[in-house]
Amino acid sequence: MTETLIASITIFVLAVFVGFEVISKVPPTLHTPLMSGSNAISGITILGAIICAGRAMETDMATILGFVAVVLATVNVVGGFLVTNRMLLMFKKKK
Amino acid sequence: MITINLLYLLAACLFIVGLKMLSSPKTAPRGNQLAAVGMLVAVVATLFHAEVLSFAWIIAGLVVGSAIGAYFAQTVQMTAMPQMVAVFNGLGGGGSAFVAWSEYSNHLSSAGASVELGADTSVPMVLSVLIGAVTLTGSLVAFAKLQELISGKPLVYRLQKTINLILLIASLALGVVIVLSPTSQLAFFGLVIAASVLGVLSVLPIGGADMPVVISLLNSYSGLAACSTGFVLSNNALIISGSLVGASGIILTQIMCKAMNRSLANVLFGAFGAAGPAATGPAGAKAQGAVKSGSPEDAAVLLEASNLVIFVPGYGMAVAQAQHAVRELAGLLQKRGVQTKYAIHPVAGRMPGHMNVLLAEADVPYDQLYDMEQINPDFPQADVAMVIGANDVTNPAARTDTSSPIYGMPILDVDKARTVMVLKRSLNPGFAGVDNALYTQERTMMVFGDAKETITRIIQAVKEL
Repeated sequence: MTETLIASITIFVLAVFVGFEVISKVPPTLHTPLMSGSNAISGITILGAIICAGRAMETDMATILGFVAVVLATVNVVGGFLVTNRMLLMFKKKK
Repeated sequence: MITINLLYLLAACLFIVGLKMLSSPKTAPRGNQLAAVGMLVAVVATLFHAEVLSFAWIIAGLVVGSAIGAYFAQTVQMTAMPQMVAVFNGLGGGGSAFVAWSEYSNHLSSAGASVELGADTSVPMVLSVLIGAVTLTGSLVAFAKLQELISGKPLVYRLQKTINLILLIASLALGVVIVLSPTSQLAFFGLVIAASVLGVLSVLPIGGADMPVVISLLNSYSGLAACSTGFVLSNNALIISGSLVGASGIILTQIMCKAMNRSLANVLFGAFGAAGPAATGPAGAKAQGAVKSGSPEDAAVLLEASNLVIFVPGYGMAVAQAQHAVRELAGLLQKRGVQTKYAIHPVAGRMPGHMNVLLAEADVPYDQLYDMEQINPDFPQADVAMVIGANDVTNPAARTDTSSPIYGMPILDVDKARTVMVLKRSLNPGFAGVDNALYTQERTMMVFGDAKETITRIIQAVKEL
């Protein structure tokens, strides 16, 4: 195992703990926005997609696959954050 | 590269703070916006990555993706939110699988296989493809079920579990082949196909009412797929965000399973509700006996004379689009000095928290929405519990009848209210295919008909009192 891998695993394990801590405090009322919002965050794979789609000067198989990945991840990110915002704005206290 | 990584760290912090702010409806919109800013920071930082040389495909992808995403986010109906989230989960997972596939393809062409693809990279690559593809195709099936493009009933056939198990083993075996000889493209395509088929076949046997669990689980998978892609690229932003989402999905999955008193294994492999007709045997005949029904006008008299009315909405209310009428009725009753509350079961609706969003859309203030644990002690004091399109989550058999398929499931104690009104089209059993003992109870009054129509008539009658 390389140093990089150990570091990555360390970050992974710690992030899982942070995730459990933060998310268990979200009340059931907001579980749907939590899901769509966290879903938008899982579109973080867009970073990998961008690198894959922009790595080669000439278009090859890897670029096309990267392009598909960019489209899928962008729909996920943009749609996810926007729809979460739309939902959250509906939650109002009694006037 | 150092700047980029620091910006990734900033993005990760914004995600965590954003999720933390989701703990209250007041701070939640700002939290979501912070997370979105975090994503923007991460995306812009990536554009400066040393490996990014040409931008045409990137820009094309961003434009197309943003347009599609924005269109659906603005136009989707709140009732259709579960399908929408299912599709988005699938796209996120699919995105990760495509990134891994592209990495693989890039490695084959550029390195000419002269540089060994180490296990550090190939193992997470296999996992990305496996989890990502299962998430993509599984989510599409979940979407089709929720959208009723295919039947919401569990689809069962002979040797189902065996076939799925074989597919899983085959995928893992192909994964091992890829790790051992990274140049075997055939194994890679085999993995893509096996995992895609596995995703379809593993969601097919799961019934419509169990979709909250499936969506939560797929949510978790999409995070894990992003996470393993992070290992492929040694990208910490992906690892951190992926694990946050993975954890979130797992927590929601657990909550949903607990609320149905079922294990995850039972949800995934039990094909619950497939044996529907079997459960409506002698109990079904019994239920026909002592049902009392009343008119909307009878209901109005009772409601108007109450001190506390608790509304118990289920997915049926949303299907009938009755939530606005319910809110109007509640407002009318409040003006006449009646206290109104809403009791929300954790699995009401088709995804976690779905009912709350539907009621929020109908302008019901969130401080009138109560969770099961909060509201159950109030039912004995309630003059009327009005059940609208909810069924299994109110069935007292879950408490008492050990032979009932839903025995042990935590329920809303509506039967303890002085009067229970059930708004329902007919006496048909719910998704679990179980008769509801509530309907034959002494204090229960059935009001038959379309929920929206019935409530509109109740509103009329209350106004005339």
